[in-house]
Amino acid sequence: MKKLTKIKDLQMMADVIREDTIAALTEAKSGHSGGPLGMADIFTALYFNILKHNPKKPCWEGRDRLVLSNGHICPILYSTMANAGYFPKEELFTLRKLGTRLQGHPHREALPGLETTSGPLGSGLSQASGMAYGLRLDKKKNIVFCLCSDGEQNEGNHWEAVLFAAKNKLSNLIAITDRNYIQIDGNTEEIMPLDPLDQKYKAFNWNVEVIDGHDFRQILHVLKKARNNKGKPLMIIANTIPGKGVEYMENDYRWHGSPPGTVTTERTPPKDEQTDVALEEIHAHEAEERGDWYLEHLRLRPIHTMKRKQK
Amino acid sequence: MNLQGVNKKLYLNFFRERVPTRNGYGDALVELGKKNKNIMVLCADLTESTRVHKFREAFPDRFVEIGVAEQNLVTVGSGLAAVGKIPFVSSYAMFCPGRCWEQIRTTICYNNRNVKVIGAHSGISVGPDGATHQALEDIAIMRALPNMIVVVPADYEQTKKATKAIAEWQGPAYMRFAREKTEQVTTAKTPFEIGKAQVLKDGKEVLLIGAGPMIHECLVAAEELQKQGIKAMVINCHTIKPLDKKTIVAAAKKCKRVVTVEEHQINGGLGGAISELLAENHPVPIERVAVNDRFGESGEPDELLVKFGLSSQHIVKAALRVRKR
Repeated sequence: MKKLTKIKDLQMMADVIREDTIAALTEAKSGHSGGPLGMADIFTALYFNILKHNPKKPCWEGRDRLVLSNGHICPILYSTMANAGYFPKEELFTLRKLGTRLQGHPHREALPGLETTSGPLGSGLSQASGMAYGLRLDKKKNIVFCLCSDGEQNEGNHWEAVLFAAKNKLSNLIAITDRNYIQIDGNTEEIMPLDPLDQKYKAFNWNVEVIDGHDFRQILHVLKKARNNKGKPLMIIANTIPGKGVEYMENDYRWHGSPPGTVTTERTPPKDEQTDVALEEIHAHEAEERGDWYLEHLRLRPIHTMKRKQK
Repeated sequence: MNLQGVNKKLYLNFFRERVPTRNGYGDALVELGKKNKNIMVLCADLTESTRVHKFREAFPDRFVEIGVAEQNLVTVGSGLAAVGKIPFVSSYAMFCPGRCWEQIRTTICYNNRNVKVIGAHSGISVGPDGATHQALEDIAIMRALPNMIVVVPADYEQTKKATKAIAEWQGPAYMRFAREKTEQVTTAKTPFEIGKAQVLKDGKEVLLIGAGPMIHECLVAAEELQKQGIKAMVINCHTIKPLDKKTIVAAAKKCKRVVTVEEHQINGGLGGAISELLAENHPVPIERVAVNDRFGESGEPDELLVKFGLSSQHIVKAALRVRKR
């Protein structure tokens, strides 16, 4: 897998991953849209620049561990992994279907490259803490990244892990909160307020960084620096826009758990046009450069532009 | 039907020596720790009472104090297993698996991680603490989980052997044991194999199948039945999942009547498991001696045994009842 170092390349890659996510969700007819689109930039930065990993050897001992705690945003994980070369991109069309390796919520044993099984919320940080503790005990240098949602921080289990990681000064644990301010029932600050979240983590004895989760310069800067994190676990609070890239989904909690074509709001096109509108909108982003970019990265064309296999 | 290495002399004097089964767990862990550097022990603020303090003293680096947080206990355990450790996660059965069943289901069983879940102070053995602390549902909730095995050793020696056996077992395991001193019914030489039930006493007129400290009650009941001219077979079903189908079905065929005995709710435990097995393979009349769908209460364990209908006398009555059916 080729590491992407230029911001422009990462932006292009994130758009491809977004398009693939939309295509997979549309085919699946169910699944989450808001969180996955909002985390596309961070996933792109991790898999195409930051992580030590090898898609051809997913169990490589020297790899960093990436634990996805909020399993429901797995469409973005799958799309990113497919583009990184873990499995054929066409397989994204099997999302949530009978016999698929791409289960509705990620299952470790189903797909090589997944570090854990998740879905029920609030348990990922604990598992990541256990991994970080065990790796440090064995004097290994691998970093454990844990991606969490903000809504899942309603869970007590999550805060048990926050205490545990701080007590044990797990500086090889880097957590990222997808701070998109939405959860299924509404806005996080109405359902169960979390702000000031950065202050909470500081008070719990964590190192804390707050970034714009769509600014690759900030994302790369903080994640590169994180490899030398010292003394305490690190929480990166990434402010993101749920549904990022698709105007009619952005910042609307009603898109938390639904795929294109299933929700009508004051901002949406007709249901049967929602997928096309979403794809065109993402595709139009940086459109002028994209033509040349595809020539350089042929294998990475979005799956909706590929000829679909007839069933 | 073979007697499996039970010391007859000891068996005849089974009431002589009483040792807490939980000590077997603590002693085995220290031995395991010496042999395998991947063995780790996690505890949730109950170190001494779950008898893992000896391990803490011997291997402080491999002992992890989690505090009063059972959900974190099992999920940190899952994470440690992910990087090659063999974590034993210990608390009272009421709290683990009682408090953290979903985490065990998702992050250990479905995730198929090599974590050993330990439920100490199970059943009614925490008597005076009352119903909140009496774990009477743990076998049911653990045996329902795919990938999970359920082991209920009878005494100190067997707990020691079972601890070593589940350490060797590749995959999730649940072991429950009691707090109280329990009569020794096995010896250091008695073999132990996961999934292999033990015939402690041969007989042909009624089959008593028990697990855990209730094995002692079964043996006392068998003696009493003997006096009444009824030869009871006694099976120690220390592995409730996977059940030893071969031994149990053969014993049911021979005895034709079955009584199950456990320190657990009547629904979903050993009695449930045996009933399912025999209903499918060799239907015979069954009586289940268990806590009859009620919560516990404060009292000394011996008193509660009588109050909940679990004593040897209740087993004798159940045996006489089932023989009339």
